[in-house]
Amino acid sequence: MNDMSNKWIGARTIRPDGADKVTGRATYSADNTMPGMIWGKVLRSPHAHAVIRSIDTSKAEALPGVKAVVTAKDFVDFPIDKSVMLGIQDMRWMARNILAKEKALFHGHPVAAVAAISEEVAAEACKLIEVDYEVLPHVIEIEDAIKPDAPILHDWVRHEGKPSNIAGTMVLKAGDIEKGFAEADIVVERTFTTRPVHQGYIEPHACTVSHAADGRVTIWSSSQGQFMVRAMTSLLTGIPQSNIRAIPAEIGGGFGAKTIVYLEPVAVMLSKKSGRPVKIVMTRDEVQRATGPAPGSLMTVKIGAKKDGTLVAAQGTFYLQAGGLPGSPLRGPVGCSFAAYAIPNVLSTGYDVVSNRSKVAAYRAPGAPHGAFATESVLDEIAEKLGLDPLDMRVRNSAKPGDKAIYGATFGDVTFVETMDAIRKHPHYKAPLDKNPRPGVKRGRGVASGFWYNAGGESSVQVNITEDGNVVVTTGHPDVGGSRASIANVVAELMGIDHSRVNVIIGDTQTIGFSNLTGGSRVTFASAMVATASCEKVVGQLKERAAKIWKIDAEAVKWEDGMALPAGDNAGKFPPLSLKELAAKANEMGGPIGAQVQLNTTGADPGYATHCVDVEVDVDLGIIRVLRYTAAQDVGRALHPSYVEGQIQGGVVQGIGWALSEEYLYDKQGRVDNASFLDYRMPVCSDVPMIEAVVVEIPNSKHPQGVRGVGEAPIVPPLAAIANAVHDALGKRFYALPMSPPKVTARMDEA
Amino acid sequence: MTDIRYLAPNTLDEAVSAFAAASGAASILAGGTDLLVQMRAGVRKPGTIIDIKKIPALTAIEDLGGGAFRIGAAVSGAVLAEHMGFAKAWPGVLEAINLIGSKQVQGRASPGGNLCNSSPAGDSVPAMVAAGAVVTIQGPNGKREVPVEAVPAGPGRTTLAPGEIVVSFTFPVRPKGASDAYLRMIPRTEMDIAVVGLGVNLTMEGGVVKAARVGLGAVAPTVLLVEGAAKALIGSRLEDAAVEAAAAACRAACKPIDDKRGTIAYRTKVAGVLLKRVVAIAAARAGGN
Repeated sequence: MNDMSNKWIGARTIRPDGADKVTGRATYSADNTMPGMIWGKVLRSPHAHAVIRSIDTSKAEALPGVKAVVTAKDFVDFPIDKSVMLGIQDMRWMARNILAKEKALFHGHPVAAVAAISEEVAAEACKLIEVDYEVLPHVIEIEDAIKPDAPILHDWVRHEGKPSNIAGTMVLKAGDIEKGFAEADIVVERTFTTRPVHQGYIEPHACTVSHAADGRVTIWSSSQGQFMVRAMTSLLTGIPQSNIRAIPAEIGGGFGAKTIVYLEPVAVMLSKKSGRPVKIVMTRDEVQRATGPAPGSLMTVKIGAKKDGTLVAAQGTFYLQAGGLPGSPLRGPVGCSFAAYAIPNVLSTGYDVVSNRSKVAAYRAPGAPHGAFATESVLDEIAEKLGLDPLDMRVRNSAKPGDKAIYGATFGDVTFVETMDAIRKHPHYKAPLDKNPRPGVKRGRGVASGFWYNAGGESSVQVNITEDGNVVVTTGHPDVGGSRASIANVVAELMGIDHSRVNVIIGDTQTIGFSNLTGGSRVTFASAMVATASCEKVVGQLKERAAKIWKIDAEAVKWEDGMALPAGDNAGKFPPLSLKELAAKANEMGGPIGAQVQLNTTGADPGYATHCVDVEVDVDLGIIRVLRYTAAQDVGRALHPSYVEGQIQGGVVQGIGWALSEEYLYDKQGRVDNASFLDYRMPVCSDVPMIEAVVVEIPNSKHPQGVRGVGEAPIVPPLAAIANAVHDALGKRFYALPMSPPKVTARMDEA
Repeated sequence: MTDIRYLAPNTLDEAVSAFAAASGAASILAGGTDLLVQMRAGVRKPGTIIDIKKIPALTAIEDLGGGAFRIGAAVSGAVLAEHMGFAKAWPGVLEAINLIGSKQVQGRASPGGNLCNSSPAGDSVPAMVAAGAVVTIQGPNGKREVPVEAVPAGPGRTTLAPGEIVVSFTFPVRPKGASDAYLRMIPRTEMDIAVVGLGVNLTMEGGVVKAARVGLGAVAPTVLLVEGAAKALIGSRLEDAAVEAAAAACRAACKPIDDKRGTIAYRTKVAGVLLKRVVAIAAARAGGN
């Protein structure tokens, strides 16, 4: 299967969703309408922290044009003392996030929702809802939330026996760090902070929902998993999954944040109450204020090394923001920061810190970029102090096959060194860099590496042969990173037919078998594996049909170039039977041809990435620009290289924003002060250079095409790589992100 | 939902009387790149919108000779950019106007709208202040002319009387050796709002500064004409000491706030940095004229 001379696997085929997207025909979640449809609007808390004493909706209900009003009372109750998990999400928190129950926990927290004949009437009705709040002191930043006298968000949270905003702890250990640090010739310990960053998808959350009189529900929305939408909506509304059809719309970006619901259950209950289809579309302001983001962090990393660069001990303490409800991605920094290095003595601890900000959501390799920023910065400092090349030092310490990872797994193939070699051999790493090109301008180069778990999990793929001998493939995964194009390549290859004869579509929850979220860099890995199994079944059926026609054994038939052929001279001499011919004879030879395979896939080995970046600093203005960026990653096998490069480039660009310009700003009342794309500064095209993706292909032996997940690892190294490059340019290390112009000039003006 | 009246008069008199008659409930629409955004955000809810783009004087570009120009208040950045004569005489004003918004926004956005929106961070305003442009205003009580810097009163507020409409900007005759430049500091490369914006207009004669004006934006409630900076430059050969004195004058003129777009310390520092950079560009351009 890993024949690099494949015709379609590895080809840059035209993307199946391309024409619709560039001509504006693609149907995103806000594009659906229904006869009789009305509009929903969410009333949001004006306070960062307040007890909700009561909600009086009577005036809103009396407003002409209002068809329904809902509050948390209308939903399934999830008592605090009983956890109900769906994947990694706790429904106690999900329920309280979609509509506040006991307390409003952040400014913008949904408190009630209205459905009315127009958006204007719905907005007017929201103003008529009377909420009796008892406003409480609020706390935003980690540093403040963990102080002994901090306002406590939840009286049921205890840490070390006391009321606290630390809602969870995660500890991973190996060896004995005391002993390890004692053996070290050099120990570097630094404290880092990063700011929360939004995933920044262009498409705001939206849905259209119909709750019919017979109790059946249809949901049109974009998400990273229609089955997740169905399951969460079912849990939160009490409607059985069999009665909920979740239809995935095209998705305008998710990056992890659309792995949970905000609107769908609310719209379902509004539709149920009103008897009308209900549509809700968030504004950008609502998206920025009340969805996502990735957590901010406060981290201390301490690493000890021998003079030759051998790492002997590492300790990481990672505080992550959870938002108003528990659940920050601790396994990211705690598990990934040191994972790719063979360090005998490790203590990695994470704390989940609640504060009065929106509940965090997954964002590409959740938590791993934070930890890598800290760890890879400290490693750079150690390499500098020891006079070692930073990549040589990393190579020396790479984990090896058979090593036990700190998070429990035993490594199979480890291709970390290959990514470092790809950079060491790249012209970029050796290119001369003029560090003082002009007065007032400094340049520097930095490197950093990254690790991400990757995932397998459940996927379903149906492969059907049409009556005219072409192929329709249905998968259960929203396509956020090119999964349709990749699967089309795989199926065309395995069926031996022209790529144009394969059409890949995404099924809804009632038309395709269960398929887990698009997340964890899992979908191309898992669905290619399952599509392969489906194709093998279909090819088996086709060979059986040909055998029947030829009256020979099925084992005596082979499938090549889209045709059944006798396997050898002994099988007899028959003219080949094409897919079209076999499809035409399908019904007389036993019925329709097709197969659905559903698997819980395994064997998704981790992702490794190493990046190299050149930056230029305008010293007087404090502006840092990225001049050149090269990102190497082991992708196993690039089924569709353009998409693989796009994933790597996209991850890097998001990392650049995280490092240099993106951050949430809050005012004194605890309100987000920059809830727009104008003042939430994501990089624009002209802010970034062409990112060169160095696609390393070492086939994953556990996958039929050799695939490794791609989408998340590329956002792990950029924060540290850029910080290390800035240090090379200025001779000063930055321990706090973003390295925005005011912070850079303030640092340069320090003595 | 409330209805909005939309008027598109063909003459200035009609526009002025409709605007005055609406007594505060109307908004003027030029490119709409601020107005429509503010309406969508619920910040402004005009009962009447008066579109002034059908009035010839508002969209005219008149070459008055000798580098002097009269520009209609609703001329879009994209249209002005195509006028070669204006670009040669007033490159700093043009580059400032062309920094308002994105490429798409440039097709609509106008210097009149930028001035009347009265953001201290409006890009065209410091450059027009430096240029010494004069604003022609028409209102119920007739016509009047004021310097650009007299129009803004504070963030979102102008000195325009009820019913008054900005008609045009008049740029003076250009002596030999005169040119201008504008720079702004934004964290990104485009699609951003000036953290500091600074325009310089210089007239050079034999290497000596004969005339200078400096406009400074986003560091105070209104765009500032920094006379101290001009004074430091005039008579100098742009020696380091003179330019440093002008930079110091810019820093001293700053009365900024800490906000999401910049800090007091940063804005003050940047005002001085930009002064030096803009002076260098304007002087190089003036040398070529």
